Amino acid sequence: MRVLLRLAVLSLKSRMVTTGLTLFSIALSVLLLVGVDRIRQGAQEGFSSTLSQTDLIVGARGGSLPLLLYSIFHIGTASNNISYSSYEHFRDHPAVLWTIPFSLGDSHRGFRVVATDDNFYEHYRYHKDHGVTFTGGARPEGIFDAAIGSEVAERLHYHVGSKIILSHGLENISLFKHANKPFTVVGILAHTATPVDSAIYITLYGDEAMHIDWKDGTPPAPGEEIPASKIRKEDLHIEDVSAFLIRTRSRVDTLLLQREINTYREEPLTAIIPALTLQELWSMLGYADVALSLVSGAVLVVGLLAMLIALYTALNERRKEVAVLRAVGLHVRQIFILFVMESTLISAAGAALGLATAYGLLWLLRSPVEVHYGIPLEMVGISSRVFVYITVVVVAGSLLGCIPATRAYRNGLIDGLNAQ
Amino acid sequence: MGMFPTISTATPSSLTRSNNLPAIHLQNVLFAYERKTPLLWIEELLIDDGTRVFLHGPSGSGKTTLLGLIAGVLRADKGSVKVFGKDLSRLSATAQDRHRGAEIGYIFQSFNLIPYLSVRDNIALPCQVHARRMKRITASTLDAEVARIAERLDLNGCLHRPVTKLSRGQQQRVAIARAVIGAPRLMIADEPTSSLDRNRQEGFLRLLIEVCNEARATLIFVSHDDAMMSCFERHISMAEINRVHS
Repeated sequence: MRVLLRLAVLSLKSRMVTTGLTLFSIALSVLLLVGVDRIRQGAQEGFSSTLSQTDLIVGARGGSLPLLLYSIFHIGTASNNISYSSYEHFRDHPAVLWTIPFSLGDSHRGFRVVATDDNFYEHYRYHKDHGVTFTGGARPEGIFDAAIGSEVAERLHYHVGSKIILSHGLENISLFKHANKPFTVVGILAHTATPVDSAIYITLYGDEAMHIDWKDGTPPAPGEEIPASKIRKEDLHIEDVSAFLIRTRSRVDTLLLQREINTYREEPLTAIIPALTLQELWSMLGYADVALSLVSGAVLVVGLLAMLIALYTALNERRKEVAVLRAVGLHVRQIFILFVMESTLISAAGAALGLATAYGLLWLLRSPVEVHYGIPLEMVGISSRVFVYITVVVVAGSLLGCIPATRAYRNGLIDGLNAQ
Repeated sequence: MGMFPTISTATPSSLTRSNNLPAIHLQNVLFAYERKTPLLWIEELLIDDGTRVFLHGPSGSGKTTLLGLIAGVLRADKGSVKVFGKDLSRLSATAQDRHRGAEIGYIFQSFNLIPYLSVRDNIALPCQVHARRMKRITASTLDAEVARIAERLDLNGCLHRPVTKLSRGQQQRVAIARAVIGAPRLMIADEPTSSLDRNRQEGFLRLLIEVCNEARATLIFVSHDDAMMSCFERHISMAEINRVHS
């Protein structure tokens, strides 16, 4: 058996180019299959662990998914804001333990600006019970103070004391810049592997101050600007927020409160339970997952067929080799095993290579994907589904190998020692 | 008819191994690829252990078929084919293959070598496949045995070269080395010189016979070139032993 294995390996090595190409095509299909699956599960776990201990997310009346995406994952924008009085109403509701308000809409060089208050630093939780901490500086207190996520600090080389100018809107190159009201970085947040890393946090007052001299969504005309130095907290009056998170006192309160918010008469609001909305997201993505898996499956079939063709076409050239092996005393069954071994080795090596590449890429692309698309990917272990994929690839490889092996077996019987 | 003896020409040889069994004994052997057209019919063929046999005959006379029967890749339809006392027709296919691997060294006309193995690995292969041949090596390790045989056949310079880099003559000498390692009792050479040029043929033949004598092996040498006949103790003409005439 060891002799056969050695022969199989050396024989494959001698046909380096075809072996390599076949191996590559199988690895590619495994990479696709596993990649799709890992990204799906990685994204699920990443999304799920981005927010914890929050019972409800409240925003203006609208779809639950957009609300979840813009408030937590910084994907998309709020269609409408909530009046501050409505926020105050629920903040002071007896069933509510704490709230975190978010005001969104500005950006800085592609990174989102989130206006919030101290509750964010106090109560925001991710990965079950991790809170937001600082690697440098402290939380923003003044009107023009800002705290930046670790990714922002790293990418833009900012440190405590850096002056930053925020842009109106979310475009990378914004037409309107709040150039006359620069902010100062006072704190840098620790890495969280969530969208928090690529956001800039200011106070609700800061957000209000930036727009104090704006009228109906347009910047002030020259000469009408109010300089930053003249703005005081007491003059600022917070008018609205984009969304807020709620922690209720009990599970029962959550459902009652959700109902109460959704039927609130003063203002049309939507309250969602984050875990349920995530579930909605997965069932939507399920179709894409199935489609991608089907495509990867087709690629796998092509890869295995390529292997079959490569092994089969080599058969004629190898008749003499088989005759020599027969002369040395290998029986036809061993010849059969030799050929099946080759196909098994190729598919196993291809599967291993594909698997390794999938995890390698996942590891490499994790942080860029999170930064650019806001999709958090967790490194996840080998799931039973991946295990099934790998087994199918190797078993299918060996089964397909039986076709050229049978042919070689028959050739061996017919040719005997006579394949000159 | 015939200037050559056809049946039971036992040439006594000083190099015969100790047992008295004939190397090959065929009785009433009938073989046909297709039922109604038998290809080979041999009433009796006896080859003594240690004999050097020259087997000749035109192509189509059944030489290759006879070799196939002796080597145990073909199975006689009738009669018995005994090689060192073992009746091959009673052995299973696997047992035949094992018997061949352990007792027979086979040299082809050309393309004797596995292209993806080094010269060393090609020579060592029979011992790796068959424990019985491994047991019979005289050196202490397989590597030493390969080196010893390579030295004998003037191949020690190219042990680690890929076989594709060898000349024809060298390739055929590697084939001898592979056939002779682990001292099989029977060596079959199927027109091994036909791919060599004239002046190489003689050297090759002399070397082959010497090596066989040293290993005390029976040699069946197939050729259509009668010029080499004189080097052999016994000559068998296919036309005379095969009752089927084409």
